[in-house]
Order: sequence, then structure tokens, then C-alpha cells
Amino acid sequence: MQRSRDVTVEVGHIAVALRTNNRPLIRLLEQRFRRFLAPSAVPAFQFDITVVPQSNYDEEADLSVEVRDGSWIMRRGDFHAEWDVAERRGHIRQTLNPYAVDSILRIVHTLVLSMEGGFLLHASSAVRNGRAYVFTGPSGAGKSTIVGLAPDDVTVLTDEISYLRRTGDGYVAFGTPFAGELSDAGEPASAPVAALFQLGRGEDNRHERLDSAQTVKTLMRNILFFAGDRRLVGRVLDTACDFASCVPAYALRFSPDQRVWSTFA
Amino acid sequence: MSVFVVRGEKLAARKVGGEMVILSAEDSSLFVLNEVGTIIWEAADGRTSIQAIADAVCVEYDVDPVSALTDVTEFVQALAAAGIVSTSEQAAR
Repeated sequence: MQRSRDVTVEVGHIAVALRTNNRPLIRLLEQRFRRFLAPSAVPAFQFDITVVPQSNYDEEADLSVEVRDGSWIMRRGDFHAEWDVAERRGHIRQTLNPYAVDSILRIVHTLVLSMEGGFLLHASSAVRNGRAYVFTGPSGAGKSTIVGLAPDDVTVLTDEISYLRRTGDGYVAFGTPFAGELSDAGEPASAPVAALFQLGRGEDNRHERLDSAQTVKTLMRNILFFAGDRRLVGRVLDTACDFASCVPAYALRFSPDQRVWSTFA
Repeated sequence: MSVFVVRGEKLAARKVGGEMVILSAEDSSLFVLNEVGTIIWEAADGRTSIQAIADAVCVEYDVDPVSALTDVTEFVQALAAAGIVSTSEQAAR
């Protein structure tokens, strides 16, 4: 029997330890989360992982999340996980792949952020001159495209899932390792959020201010949250309203070339 | 006969810039009500009748009572179809 090891992944200053004795999984996790490994961080949560040769469930099954007696039960074709939030521990049974942990970490951070006044957003984000710009919209709106066009002085935090948290007088965007199968992870940097942009394609580059109701609508269409709990949903809605009251938001139509970055000088 | 309107459960609602933003905890669907919809939502306590809501709309917007009642009734039907409110012929206790 091989000894277990922890792979500790830190996103937004919150570390999660993933403990397993399966060497191939350790290698996959260390590769996928390589920029976000924090071996000396004190983990906020720990998950023990058992790798099973094949799933007992329908491999095509979509993600389902339910909360029962304080435990979060998360299931998908490739994993089954239970997480006791109060005990700060969980267990994952999964097939050998790096995506199960990626999904579970998204759910964990979604809950932690909802309690701390923050959220994960379907958005790319990037830092220029110490300020973060967040670009949201549905698939195909240009989230990856716009950060792909960024000049060399820009640090990309993510091209898919943005991590936004309330601080003293505004919001801070943190880099995330959450990426699609083909795209690369972001950088583990952070910066105060300067503005939110709702993306659309256009012939030229122009942006118009969104009012606070439009901003809340845009946020709520793109925030990730999982459990059908009224209190949790209320908290997420409160945070979206708060964000709209302190971060300027714009509808941005852009032509896909580097000139759009002159908007974010 | 009076018809009373009551807000749905498992919904979170916040007023943003005069509009009511409502989120369903069940399926994450999002609704944004205009000013009249917001008046109806805020009055939907199960004890206020559609007639009383229409009277309030009359006062607020200076419209005639018949069209106010028609508008409010149609609006309530649309909100009920979306699962945001339900109606009852008995007032809540």
C-alpha cells in the first residue's frame, strides 16, 4: 500500500488539501493545478480521494448537487463526493481524471464565497496597471478572445471562471485554475476590480454604462451557484446588488483585435 | 368575489433601482419586474385583494379604475404563470 499524499490547491487565499495514495492522480492534479499549489498553506478543507477503476454511475450523468443535513452531496458520471462543511472534510470516489476535482473545487469555492461576500462568475479577467478588468457573457461572447488579445503588460487571471470577493471598499479579482479542457489556467495573482464588462461582438469598439438593475441581471445570469437553498440564493443576490453598487459596469461591443485594449489603459 | 395574491416560496427578491429582481432558488431562473409589477409583488401578502392593488396603482399612476383592474389582473396572471405568485379566493390569516 502506497502512502497517501496531500496536493494542496490554493485559490483566493483559501487552500483545499486533496489526499490520495493514487500516484497517477497525484501527477494529474499537480499538473493541472501547478500554478496554484501551496504545499505549506494551512488547508481550510480536506478531501480524501479514492480512485475507482470505473464509475458505478451513468458516465454521461450531469452534475447534481444537493444539501442534506449539512452535508453537500455532489455527483457526476465520473465522481461521487460528500462534503461535511462544518467538519471541513469530505470524501471523493472518482475515476482517474483531473476534472472531477476541478468541478468539486468550483462548488466548494462557490459556497465559501457566498458566505464571505463573493462569487464565481462565468467571466475572463485580467490585470493591467494594478487594476482588474472582468469580462462576462455567455459562451461565444468573447471571454477567451478578449484576454487572448491582451498585450504583454497584462496578466490573465482566468479565461473562463472569475473569482471575485468583497474587500474593504470594493471587490478583488483572484486568478483561478478553472479552465476548459483545451484552455490553460490563469495566473495566481489578484487586483482590485476596476470595472465589469458585458461582452458582445461589434464592428468597432464601444462601451455604454449599465445601470445597477442591468448589472445585477448580467451578474445573476453568469454567477455559478449550485444548491437550491433560499438563504444561499438570497445571499448571492445580495452580493450581486452590492457589487453593482460599487463597481462600474458597461456593455462592451468589440472588434476582435488588440485595439480594444486601449479602453483598459 | 375577491382574489388575493401571495408571493411564491423559494424565491429571493431585492429592489434595485426601482425594479424588483427575483431569483428562484429552485431552478435559478431570474425575473425582473417593472414598477407596476413591483407594486403588485410588494402588495402580495395574501391579505391584499387584486382590487385593492388596482386601487393603489390608480393612485400612483393616475389611470382610470377599470383599466387599472384589467392591467393588474393580467399582470397577476402572468406572474402566477411564471410561479412568482399564486392566487387564492380566501385571504391568508
